[in-house]
This record gives sequence, structure tokens and C-alpha cells, in this order.
Amino acid sequence: MSTPAPANVPADDLAHADAPANADAPARTTAPAHRIRRRIRKPWRLAAECAAVLIALLVAFPLYWMVLSAFKPAGEIRSDRPVPWTLTPTLDSFRRVFEQQEFGRYFLNSLLVAGAVVLASALIAFLAATAVTRFRFRLRTTLLVLFLAAQMVPVEALTIPLFFLMRDVGALNSLFSLILPHLAFSLPFAIWMLRGFVKAVPEALEEQAFIDGASRTRFLWQILFPLVFPGLVATSVFSFISTWNDFLFAKSFIISATENSTLPMALLVFFDTETPDWGGVMAASTVMTLPVLVFFVCVHRRLVSGLGGAVK
Amino acid sequence: MSVATDGAKSRPRRTPGPAHAGGPPGPRPARSGGRGPTGGARRGGWTPWLYLAPALVVLAGLLVYPVYQLGLISFLDYTQAQVSGGEPTSFRGFGNYAELLSDPQFWNVLLATVVFAAACVLGTMTVGCALAVLLTRVRALPRLLLMLAALGAWATPAITGSTVWVFLFDPDFGPVNRVLGLGDFAWTYGRLSAFALVFFEVVWCSFPLVMVTTYAGIRAVPTEVVEAATLDGASVWRTWRSVLAPLLRPILIVVTIQSIIWDFKVFTQIYVMTGGGGIAKQNLVLNVYAYQKAFASSQYSLGSAIGVVMLLILLSVTLLYLKLLRRNGEEI
Repeated sequence: MSTPAPANVPADDLAHADAPANADAPARTTAPAHRIRRRIRKPWRLAAECAAVLIALLVAFPLYWMVLSAFKPAGEIRSDRPVPWTLTPTLDSFRRVFEQQEFGRYFLNSLLVAGAVVLASALIAFLAATAVTRFRFRLRTTLLVLFLAAQMVPVEALTIPLFFLMRDVGALNSLFSLILPHLAFSLPFAIWMLRGFVKAVPEALEEQAFIDGASRTRFLWQILFPLVFPGLVATSVFSFISTWNDFLFAKSFIISATENSTLPMALLVFFDTETPDWGGVMAASTVMTLPVLVFFVCVHRRLVSGLGGAVK
Repeated sequence: MSVATDGAKSRPRRTPGPAHAGGPPGPRPARSGGRGPTGGARRGGWTPWLYLAPALVVLAGLLVYPVYQLGLISFLDYTQAQVSGGEPTSFRGFGNYAELLSDPQFWNVLLATVVFAAACVLGTMTVGCALAVLLTRVRALPRLLLMLAALGAWATPAITGSTVWVFLFDPDFGPVNRVLGLGDFAWTYGRLSAFALVFFEVVWCSFPLVMVTTYAGIRAVPTEVVEAATLDGASVWRTWRSVLAPLLRPILIVVTIQSIIWDFKVFTQIYVMTGGGGIAKQNLVLNVYAYQKAFASSQYSLGSAIGVVMLLILLSVTLLYLKLLRRNGEEI
């Protein structure tokens, strides 16, 4: 498939083709992209834009409701006529959440686990992705297929053997029992995704580095690594989110040592009863969603381009 | 292929600019003399294996070995008694599978899982693609709003998404029943309505990936192609079906397969929203079923057998995926 190069298309070709539809914008020569937009008739575009804004509001509503309910006083939350605003915002729910035994500690545990997984998987995946894109060796294709297949392994199905494995190595109830499995589960996707980024670094650069006398290690860390860094960030989003979101392992592997529990457990304390403390649930949910949201917004541009490179 | 190649092509243009500046075609002969004859990647002896070692160690220990263990346990008689060491483990052969396959509840759960996953995939793909097309037809501000909202939904952890949606649909205090005039209709009581509730949440948090990827794909399609279709009088639907969809096929295959895999093994949403599988276990899906069998009733071998069944189903989906990629002429 050829790359889109609208700028190279002879201008009069387009002008000629445009003539019938472009009556309202006669001799103005603009970039072709502008013309396309011009062709969509105004009322249609307006309708489309209204729809887009409405859908955006609808999609954002659950999040808005979550934050709103976290700030609502208890009386308003338990009213049977819920309104989408509050005139008396309060921090009561947050206070309740943070007063719950060691919520801050759970939060730190979650951060620690996710951080460790992100760092370790980025480094390991970078090395592996370099190996499978920059070298030709036997079993290379087989390995790639295996990495792909590994992504399909249902994590939850492995809870049982992993539970016994963690018990046998004595990691049960420690944060390692969360870090290790998540590292393993985020690696295949990370490698698969980073492949595109490593591949995109031109071979000539490597040749040049070797001619200039750089060793392989030096090339790896001082040239390739910085160039692939945006890809590492995009990849990290996925390992961070899957680790941060984890609920099953946190529930199964941390049984008696509650000081090593992570956030989902704290959230469920408020949720798991007959009459849930909705204010508390929403406040805890807000606290849990916020870091991911911030992380996401920071890297979303890289994420989009990263996906572009990785969808292969 | 369009997005993939475009991404790969546009990247070197942006980041490693020095490659073109610093590496003029001059040193070409020197290179071919010095290094191997490879037309790109080189043979590095043990180097690639050195780079691969950490990944392979982690994957072997925490993925391959557990999969092997899963298979092994599924052939054993492994319950609380064996775990605590009270009774010796005994080999049961296909006994667990026989027990599973003759259990009507298993077939019921399997059917529910397949139907539910299919509905989620269909819903996610439809919403994602429709919104991707919509994104191409609006100006920057509405597009930004929709993108941001979608990113928010995407970033929301499954567990908080689940609690929020349950709260939204709460019969007493939720706004949804209020707006729809449903009174105190409890969504989690009925089997279908409970599945519907989970379906909404799953589509909500998984359509953004489809939307963003497809949108990136559409943007990579040469503008003249769409323009020509519009000039020929093609409707929006027609343009999508006859022009965009075929060009986007590789991307659509990837996201569809990803969705199938994710939706087939959905766990958190079902577990949290329906309280561990619904009233009288009406909302069980395979993943939750396996978990309940193993950790709630200590039938680890039965749970493992369910896990193996899931593994096999997803493995066949993966093979299908590879086949489709091959047919598209993709090179791994």
C-alpha cells in the first residue's frame, strides 16, 4: 500500500475533480484535506458534531457520577431522587476511606507492584524485542508465534497452579506473588508491541554506530534505547493498567497478610455488604481510578502512535 | 496493513532523524565488507539468546510451568485433602473431564460464555467502528471531547468500572432507573438483565481501543480514495463497506480477535457486578466458574479441567488469528 501523499497530487487534477461539488468555494486553492471537509454538507456535519458531543457526555457520565457521588454528603447519596449535582460537596467519604485501616498502605502496595512490573517488563521486553527484530536465528519465528500464543493464555485459569507455585516458593502473602505473575503476563504483549518500534529504527543507524566503533552493548543502551523509549512508554501503559487493575490475584494470593493487600481489596470492604456504603465505594473508586487516568492522559499521544505500530 | 506500515514509516521520519542526516549513502561499500551479508538483521551467534534469556526465564517459570501444572492437576484427584497433605494425590486420568462434560451446569455455563462473549464483541466492534467513522466527520473540538471521554472509559480499572455501573443501575439510589422510569427494577435479579448490565460495562470500557485503532487506520487511508468514493456518489455506509472496511481489514481482524479473547475470559466484571456469579449461579461464565470450583469449593482438579477447556478454546482462536494474518500476506 502506498503512503498517503496528498501534497504530491497535482493541484489542478483535484481542482478539476472538485469542480461540480465545490461551487460555494470557487477558486480558493487550499490543501486537499480542507476540501474534503468542505464537501461534507454543513447540516450533516453539525448533526455529526452534536452526536459526537452527546456521546462524549454519555461515555463520560459514569466517571462524572463516580466523582460526584464521592463528594456528595451521605444524605444526598441515599436519596431516591438522585440529582446530577451537589450544592454541599463534602470530603466525608474520602475521610472514611482513608480512615479505614491502612488504606494508604494498600495504595502504596498497588503503586509498588505496578511500578515494579512496569520497570522490569519494559527492560526485559526491550531486550527480547531487540533480539527478535535485529537478529536472525533459528527458532525466531517459532518464538514469535509462542509470544503471540502466550498472550492468549487466560490469566485467571492459571490462578490455581500459580497459587501452588507461590506457596511452594514461599512467596504467598508477599508482594512478589503479585509482581511475578503480572510480569509474566505483560511480557508477551510488551515484546509483541515493542517489535514495531525497534523495527522502525533504521538499520543504517546500527551500521553507522558499528563503523564508529560502538560496541553492541553501547549501541543497545545509548542509541537504540532512547529511540525506542516512546514505544516503551506506550507499552508500559498496558502493563501498568493490567497490574493496577488486578483483582483476582490480589484476592487469591494475599490471604492472611492483609498489610500486603492492594487497593481492590480496600474497595471491596465498602462494596461487599448487603447495604454498600456507596459514598465510600465511589470515593475509593475515584482514588483508584485517578492515577491511571493521569498516566493515560499523559501518554495518550504516544499510545495512539504506539498502537499504530503494533497492530500488526 | 495500512496503519501498521504507516506507523512504521512515519516513525523514522520523526524520531531517528539523524539516521538520514548522519548516514549518507557513502559508507555502503565499507559496510558490506565489514559485516555479514545479511540484508538487514544479522546473525549474532549467542547474542540474541543472551537478550532473550531474562524473558524466556520469566515466561518459562511463570507461564509455561503453570500451564503444565494446570494440565497435570486436571488429571489428578486434587481437593482440600490433598492440598493439606491429608491424602495422597491419585491419578484420575480423564475422570475430571468426564465429570465435567456430564455436568449439565458446565454446558450451560459454556453456552452462556460463548453467547455473552459474542454479544460483547459484536457490541464493542459496532460501537467502536461507528464512533471511529463519526470522529472523521467532525471538527477538532468535538473530536477531542469524544477522544477524552473514551480515554477515560478506557483507563478506568475493571473493578471501579464495575462498582460505578452497579451504582448507576442501583434500584434505590441509581440515576438510570430514575431517568428510564423503571422504578425499583433490580437489574441483578434477572439472568438476562444482569448479563445486560455487565454487557454495558464491558462495551463501555472496551470500545475505546477499537475506536482509537480504527480511527488511526482510517486516517492512514489516502484521502483521495475516500474522496473518489464520495465523488462517485457513495453514501456513508457504502463508503465504509466497499472502501474503508476492505482497507482496514487487517486492523479489524486484530481488534476483533483481541476482543474475542478479552471478552471470553471476562472475570472481574461478572464477579463484582453479579456478586460472584449471580443469584443461584445464573450469571456464571467459564472463568468465574473455574474460580468458584477451585477456590470456593476446593475442587482444584475440576477448576483446572475448566481452565484447560478455556485454554484450548482460546488456542484455536489464536490459530485462526494466525491463519487470517498469513492470508493477508503479513510477515512475522
